[in-house]
Amino acid sequence: MKDFIVMLGRRFMNFVKYAGGVSILLGETLFWIPMPPLRRKQVVEQMSKIGVDSLPIVAMISLFTGMVLALQSAYQMQRFAAEMYIAALVAVSMSRELGPVLTALIVAGRVGASITAELGTMKVTEQIDALETLATNPIKYLVVPRFLALIVMLPILTLFADVIGGLGGYIIGTMKLNISHGMYMKNTWEPLKYKDIYTGLIKSFFFGIIICITACYEGMKTEGGAEGVGRSTTASVVVSFILIIASDCFFTALFYFVGKQ
Amino acid sequence: MIEIIDLCKSFDGHKVLDNLNLRINTGDTTVIIGRSGCGKSVLLKHIIGLLRPDSGHVLIDGKDVTKMDEKQLNDVRLKFGMLFQGAALFDSLNVFNNVAFGLNEHSNVSFDEKAKRVAECLSLVGLKDIEDKKPAELSGGMRKRVGLARAICMKPRILLYDEPTTGVDPIMGDAVNDLIAELHNKLKVTSIAVTHDMSSAYKIADKIAMLYNGSIRAEGTPEEIKNTKDPIVRQFITGASKGPITEGIDFQHLITE
Repeated sequence: MKDFIVMLGRRFMNFVKYAGGVSILLGETLFWIPMPPLRRKQVVEQMSKIGVDSLPIVAMISLFTGMVLALQSAYQMQRFAAEMYIAALVAVSMSRELGPVLTALIVAGRVGASITAELGTMKVTEQIDALETLATNPIKYLVVPRFLALIVMLPILTLFADVIGGLGGYIIGTMKLNISHGMYMKNTWEPLKYKDIYTGLIKSFFFGIIICITACYEGMKTEGGAEGVGRSTTASVVVSFILIIASDCFFTALFYFVGKQ
Repeated sequence: MIEIIDLCKSFDGHKVLDNLNLRINTGDTTVIIGRSGCGKSVLLKHIIGLLRPDSGHVLIDGKDVTKMDEKQLNDVRLKFGMLFQGAALFDSLNVFNNVAFGLNEHSNVSFDEKAKRVAECLSLVGLKDIEDKKPAELSGGMRKRVGLARAICMKPRILLYDEPTTGVDPIMGDAVNDLIAELHNKLKVTSIAVTHDMSSAYKIADKIAMLYNGSIRAEGTPEEIKNTKDPIVRQFITGASKGPITEGIDFQHLITE
């Protein structure tokens, strides 16, 4: 029993330490953003790595998700002869939920892991120490460009995912379920409100913060050579996934209750 | 002058530095020797402010680096150049941008001036025409030299070397020693090297200090250290596996297991 309590206490302390470390890193990142130099070139480089390079995989997964969503809902809705609502279902669920969450999960897996591996390798090979000895703040040099790139590019990628997901639904709706082009488009745009889109984008903005800070924190606290880099990379992806899903639940509830009032 | 006063540092309850005191004279090359893992690199990282001590002081020209904020520390760090054990070159940058890193970050000099300075630093370490290469394309010895070129690019007053001859073959190790001695003479800097390579220590040091159990066990000129009567220092400098340092430690299992 005593061992169990000790273990619980230790886990709790580790959790507090982790939460504290992540919060400090977020605070320092926000502090360093407006400080000169602005490092535009590095931000643009990261935007390309994080955003442009992720577009093909985001597009592919969104397309298939839109198609699957249309097919699965057709299976249910055909029973009520309500296939024409498939367009609305695909558009609203892509923009409110699947677009932001799927894009965030893809980017956490693809970009978050690579940020952790890169920073982790820099940590274990003393490159981060070398930055400091050259009177350069590692958070300003390494974290801030990635942070800015992620909070800008993740919402943009999410917009692409919304549109391409809708296209997936359109392909199935018009080619397989015999819904006319005009009817599909009408049923996509009419039920879709601005709120559906911007709540999704707000979510993806915060998902960007989660992915960047988790990945950078895990990378910068890496210890123990190649094995440590592997461990940190796994932890970065797992923690990001959990935080993305948990915060999605929080934001969905928040928008639901705020929207009702 | 660098003064280290009563420096203490622990990691997870394990005392690495225990009331360490050391004085490093301006213009001298001081070599800190000791067994692997005894805290030599930790001491070096305290001198440049990469680590904060649990207690004690590190005075650089009378100013305590342990009490400085980040801006003050960065001003002090510009007076330092540091060569890391694995050179710690930035993988994403080519040799030119690695060497010119300090200039890119902390000066407004033109590209031509930067190119001239980089070529000058590379030639001081015996390299040329490798500006466009990435660190991954260089051999271990070349990486150390580029690391050294980066360390001297901002014309530092103090050079720190963390295990400068580790990871290179004996011939390249000797070349690195010659390079350190040559740079010391040409640049008139204060140098501090940590190493467990005694031939390197004898070759480059004006003063040798041995770190043992968290504090300085002995210090003196290379001759004084060579002729010491202290059994602990003697065992270390002769590299004997049996003696007071390894008392109670059985190395037999390394052979039999």
